[in-house]
Amino acid sequence: MVPTRYRVATKRQELTDTWTLGLEPVDEPLEPWSPGQFNMLWAFGVGEVAISISGSEDDTLLHTVRRVGAGTEAVCALAEGEMLGLRGPFGSRWRTVEARGKDVVILAGGIGLAPLRPAIRQLLLDRGSYGRISILVGARHPEDLLFVEEMSRWAESPGVDVEITVDTASSGWSGHVGVVTSLMDRVEIDGSSVHGFACGPEVMMRFAAKALTDRGVAPTAIDVSLERNMKCAIAQCGHCQLGPTFVCRDGPVLDYATAQPLMMVRER
Amino acid sequence: MANGLRAVIDVDGLDEVITRLRVQGFSTIGPTCRDGAIVYDEIEATGELPRGWADDQDAGTYRLVRRDDEALFGYAVGPHSWKQYLHPPGELLFEVRRDGGGFVIEERPEPKSRYAFIGVRACELAAIGVQDRVLVESEHPAGGYSVRRGEAFLLAVDCGEPGGSCFCVSMGTGPGVSSGFDLALTELMSGEHRFLVRVGSDAGAAVLGEVASREATGEDLAEARRVVEMAGARMGRHLDTDGLPVLLAENLEHPRWDDVARRCLTCTNCTLVCPTCFCSTVEDLTTLDGQRAQRWQRWDSCFTLGFSELHGSPVRHSTRGRYRQWLTHKLGTWWEQFGESGCVGCGRCITWCPVGIDMTAEVAALRRPGVDASANPEEVR
Ligand SMILES: Cc1cc2nc3c(=O)[nH]c(=O)nc-3n(C[C@H](O)[C@H](O)[C@H](O)COP(=O)(O)OP(=O)(O)OC[C@H]3O[C@@H](n4cnc5c(N)ncnc54)[C@H](O)[C@@H]3O)c2cc1C
Ligand code: SF4
Ligand code: SF4
Ligand code: FES
Repeated sequence: MVPTRYRVATKRQELTDTWTLGLEPVDEPLEPWSPGQFNMLWAFGVGEVAISISGSEDDTLLHTVRRVGAGTEAVCALAEGEMLGLRGPFGSRWRTVEARGKDVVILAGGIGLAPLRPAIRQLLLDRGSYGRISILVGARHPEDLLFVEEMSRWAESPGVDVEITVDTASSGWSGHVGVVTSLMDRVEIDGSSVHGFACGPEVMMRFAAKALTDRGVAPTAIDVSLERNMKCAIAQCGHCQLGPTFVCRDGPVLDYATAQPLMMVRER
Repeated sequence: MANGLRAVIDVDGLDEVITRLRVQGFSTIGPTCRDGAIVYDEIEATGELPRGWADDQDAGTYRLVRRDDEALFGYAVGPHSWKQYLHPPGELLFEVRRDGGGFVIEERPEPKSRYAFIGVRACELAAIGVQDRVLVESEHPAGGYSVRRGEAFLLAVDCGEPGGSCFCVSMGTGPGVSSGFDLALTELMSGEHRFLVRVGSDAGAAVLGEVASREATGEDLAEARRVVEMAGARMGRHLDTDGLPVLLAENLEHPRWDDVARRCLTCTNCTLVCPTCFCSTVEDLTTLDGQRAQRWQRWDSCFTLGFSELHGSPVRHSTRGRYRQWLTHKLGTWWEQFGESGCVGCGRCITWCPVGIDMTAEVAALRRPGVDASANPEEVR
C-alpha cells in the first residue's frame, strides 16, 4: 500500500475538465503494464484514485484524468515537475492477443476512450493480425471528444473505420448525432468472427454488448471494463466487490459472459 | 517436533506459561471482564481472567452471569476478536514529508508488538485462518498483518460453554480446537481444577517444557473429550449450510431482503464484531503547515452508504442492497473467492445486533420460497 514516487513530466489539457499526465519514475519504475490495467494515483495529503493507463512513451506512463471530485481535482492540479505517488499496475487487460485473426469492433463512451487507447494503439501496431477494425466513439457534445487528432490518424490506417457521434450537437457539428450504439448500423460484421471491446458508463456498455450480441457476437468474445469504488486495488479492502468478483483484481476488464449476470442485478 | 504431545498443568502452571511468554517478549492478551462484558486486553496473570463468569447470549442480548465454579474459560466469545490486534481498526500505512518541489516517503514504523493470545477459541482460530487467506495468502500480502500474524503465539482453548448465539458445529469450526495453535488447553473442572495441554508447534513445546506439568492420564483425556462433546451438543443455534452459496445466488430478489431491511439499522455493529470481516478504507491526514502527510488504513463496513460510492452516488443505496451484500458475501460468494465460508459461526453478529437480526433465521427464511421478482434489466443503474 506504499506508493512509488513519480513526477509529472508532461501535462496536456484534453478537454475543459480533462488532462493527460505523462508520469516518469523518480525511483525504480513500476512493473510493465498491459492495456486495460490501471494505477492508483496518490496526491499528497488528499487521496488516491484509480486511473487507467492511457498509453506510454518510453518510461513515461500516460493517464487521462477527468476532474470529478477531490482526488481527481488534486491530480489534475499537479503542474509539470510536481510529484505524486503511484501503485500498480493492477487488474486484467484487454484481450487483444486473443482477438488476433478476427475483426474488431470497439465502442467507447466519453472518458472510456482513454482506457481503450493503448489497446487501439496495440492493434494498429500489429495491424496484420486483425481483420477490419471499427472504432465507434461517442461523447455528450462535440467539445467532449477526446484524442480528436489521434482518431483522425487512426482513420488513415487501411481497414480501420473510425465513426464518431455526439448525444447533442452544437453549432458547427456536421457529424452523426445519437448514442454510440446507433453507429453499429454503419459497420458490416460477421458476428462469428468478431471480438468486441466496450468501455464507458455501465448503461452504455450494456447497450453496446447487446448491439454486438444481436449481431451474433458471442458474449465470451466481448470485453467490458467495469468501475467500482476502489481503495486498495489488491483485493483486500472489499470496496470493489461485485458478486464474487473483486473488480480491482479479476477486472476491470471482464468478458461479457461473466459480467452480464453481475451487471443485471440491481445494487449488486 | 513434539506436536500432539499432551500434558496436564494446573492454574499455577498456566500462570507460569503466561510468565514464560512475557519473558520471551510477548504482549500477553487475554479475556478479562470490563464494563459488563468479556473483552480482550493485556493480562499478566490468570488472576485477570474472568474467573467464575459465564455469559448469557441471545439475539441482541449479552449479560454476564456467575458460574457455580471457578472456571477461567467458562464463557463463549465477547464483542472483541483477535482481529483488533492482527488487523487493527487503524493502521498507519506510510508517512510522507515535503521536500523541495517533491516529497519523501518515510518507512512505516515497525509494527509494535509480538502478541501471545491467551484463550483463542476454535471458531477464532478458524477466523484467523480466514483473514490469512485474504491478507497473507495474496499476491500482495498485507505488510503489517503478515508480520504480526507470523510473530503471534496462539494459546487456544476448547469451548466447554457455548453461548446462545453460537453455531460453530454447523460451520465445522468448533467447539474443539484441532489445528493452527501453538498450545491448546481443555479446562477440566471435575476434581482438581486443571488443564489438558496439547502441543501444536515447536514454540509451544518450548514454552510447555519450561513449566511444571505431569503426564496426561486416560482419565484426563476422557474428561477432555467429554467437555468438547457436551459443548458440541449444546449449540445455541444451527445454520443449515446445505447448498447455501447456490441458494443465496438464486434468491437475490427474495422478498425476505425487504423484510430484514425494515429491521436493520445499518449501524455496522455486525461487521465490527465479526472476526472475519476485513473491509477497510484509507484516510489521509496532513499537518496544518501541509509539510507532512500520513495515510491510514481504517476498518470500514459494507453497511455504510459511502462504501460503494461511484460517480457521486452509491451502488448499494438501500439497506436491502447492503444487508444482502453482507450476507451473500459471508455465506455465498466467499466460497468462490477463497474456497471457504466467510462465517465461522461465532455468533457475535447475532448477539451484538441492537435489533437482534439473526443470520441463521434469515437464511432459514430465504429457504422458504419467495415471490420471484427477477431484476428488470432496464431498471439496473
Ligand atoms: C479501474 C478504474 C479505472 C478508472 N480509470 C479512469 C480514467 O482513466 N480516467 C478517469 O478520469 N477516471 C477513471 N476512473 C474513475 C476515477 O477513479 C474516479 O473518477 C475517482 O476515483 C473519483 O475520485 P474523486 O475523489 O475525484 O471523486 P469523489 O466523487 O470525491 O470520490 C468520492 C469517493 O468515491 C470514489 N469514487 C467516486 N467515483 C468513482 C469511480 N468512478 N470509480 C471509482 N471510485 C470512485 C472515490 O474513490 C472516492 O473514495 C477509473 C475508475 C476505476 C475503478
Ligand atoms: S458472520 Fe456472524 S457468526 Fe459468522 S463469523 Fe461473523 S460475527 Fe461470527
Ligand atoms: S444487521 Fe444488525 S448489527 Fe448489522 S448493521 Fe444491521 S442492525 Fe446493525
Ligand atoms: S479495491 Fe480493495 S478489494 Fe478491490
